[in-house]
Amino acid sequence: MADQPLVIGFETSCDETGVGLVRGHTLLADALATSMAEHERFGGVVPEIASRAHLEAMVPTVHRALADAGATVDDVDAIAVTSGPGLTGALLVGVAAAKAYALALGKPLYGVNHLAAHVAVDELQHGPLAEPSIALLVSGGHSSLLLVPDLAQEVQSLGRTVDDAAGEAFDKVARVLGLPFPGGPPIDRAAREGDPRAIGFPRGLTGPRDAPYDFSFSGLKTAVARWVEARQRAGEDVPVADVAASFQEAVADVLTAKAVRACRDHGVDHLVLGGGVAANSRLRALAEERCAAAGIVLRVPSPRLCTDNGAMVAALGSRLVAAGVAPSSPDLGADSSLPIEVIRG
Amino acid sequence: MGTATGRPLSRAWRGSVTSSDVLVLALDTATPVLVAGLARWSAVGGTTVLAERAVPSGTRHAELLTPAIRGVLEDAGLAMGDLDAVVTGLGPGPFTGLRVGVVTAAALADARGLRVIGVCSLDAIGTGERTVVTDARRREIYWATYGADGGRLTGPSVDKPADVQLPEPVVGDPTFAAARLGRAVGEARVTTAGLLRAAGPQLADPASAGPLVPLYLRRPDATPPTAIKAVSQS
Ligand SMILES: [Zn+2]
Repeated sequence: MADQPLVIGFETSCDETGVGLVRGHTLLADALATSMAEHERFGGVVPEIASRAHLEAMVPTVHRALADAGATVDDVDAIAVTSGPGLTGALLVGVAAAKAYALALGKPLYGVNHLAAHVAVDELQHGPLAEPSIALLVSGGHSSLLLVPDLAQEVQSLGRTVDDAAGEAFDKVARVLGLPFPGGPPIDRAAREGDPRAIGFPRGLTGPRDAPYDFSFSGLKTAVARWVEARQRAGEDVPVADVAASFQEAVADVLTAKAVRACRDHGVDHLVLGGGVAANSRLRALAEERCAAAGIVLRVPSPRLCTDNGAMVAALGSRLVAAGVAPSSPDLGADSSLPIEVIRG
Repeated sequence: MGTATGRPLSRAWRGSVTSSDVLVLALDTATPVLVAGLARWSAVGGTTVLAERAVPSGTRHAELLTPAIRGVLEDAGLAMGDLDAVVTGLGPGPFTGLRVGVVTAAALADARGLRVIGVCSLDAIGTGERTVVTDARRREIYWATYGADGGRLTGPSVDKPADVQLPEPVVGDPTFAAARLGRAVGEARVTTAGLLRAAGPQLADPASAGPLVPLYLRRPDATPPTAIKAVSQS
């Protein structure tokens, strides 16, 4: 194991400045700085605030990761960085920093796809990925269903959200219910006291003629807002726990049904969850239930590794190095809409 | 990597304060033309520029900066290991491109234990008595004025051209000035020599080097929602 390369990973695609260190499938460090608190009062991530925070946090976060791993920068064998998709200005801080470390240390640089990195991170907890796998990635920035024949070489997009990301729906519903930003954790907490069948919120894109693997959360978000506003207009109390539980149930229902269907349709018996929304307790429970019933092995990283971090980038970098994938070109840049088919930018 | 593994991780300068001359890598990404240069500097002998690349990179600073650094090292027949210090422009300039240069300087210096010095990018444009103008976008300009000895008198500031008096002679990018100011200006751009000149006091007195904080001059574009509007109507 000691002769496997030490890979450092940089993640700055949204509001988390992450630096991780990985050797093979072993996680050595996962240092994180977040500017989330600075975005709270805006009810969403403000790109320029995130970019400024990345610049401040970059070098100190590298130091923390190295110290946590008991390594020095000279021990690093390869550098990986999220080159997309994400917020351009935020991505560029990580890409420029990674390129500078690669140049200064004379080590290879791998620009990597953020979504593929969400899949790769599970290898740090559960060992080599079964291939093919289906991956369901849900967060404030993405909602994607992927077919992963070979994480180092080939990833296919089966479906994605046609409007809001699942995490955005959580944020907006939280706002309607007077819960704090980001909306995922408070809705999860409120829902524990509520009845998930109290209100029959709509399940988007689940009709027989709808795209089987695409998602839509805009209609659901609007339905929740209308329901709450109607109560408020009538001067009635809003049953926050029931609304939260029923909304969360609608999201988890659609996500897991489509993921299980993708596994069946493609003859795949492994499903990987990733992204911040994968930390949602109802999504995890329903996915377990439905995967067990369908004979699918479910793999879910711990909540800390589901959200954006540097370890996931290092994990994918490690995988690319092991597979002998060529490093990125010296003129690597950031691509805010990097397609999932491009694993190494 | 030739250095010992016990090297401190902090951004500590390993060179000696009394060293007679230092090899400096100079960077700037505050304008649409990125600059990477190599120079020898000494307190007595001044600055000798060894290599310089000015790349009209527009918004592609992140793509083209490290290749330009590699290029000037090749041009001068030197390697990363020969560097003693990094000087970088801190702007003002369009934020996204500006950060590319600043974080590159910070990371290079961190990885190799070099001194890193930030300077106002406008100080590195032109010489002597002048007003320097650059593109701040949104129909505004970044500008600063300098006295006969080359020292900065006012700025850097960001303003609408109509709101300010720009003392002669005005220098900058003539194409930009024709479009934004509707007038001709003397041609001048960020140079390696200019960056080294601006960094001179900090090179001479390492203790005086400040933190690497970009000169943003503007707050981030973000207004908290004054009233939360109904989501169903958004
Ligand atoms: Zn993510």
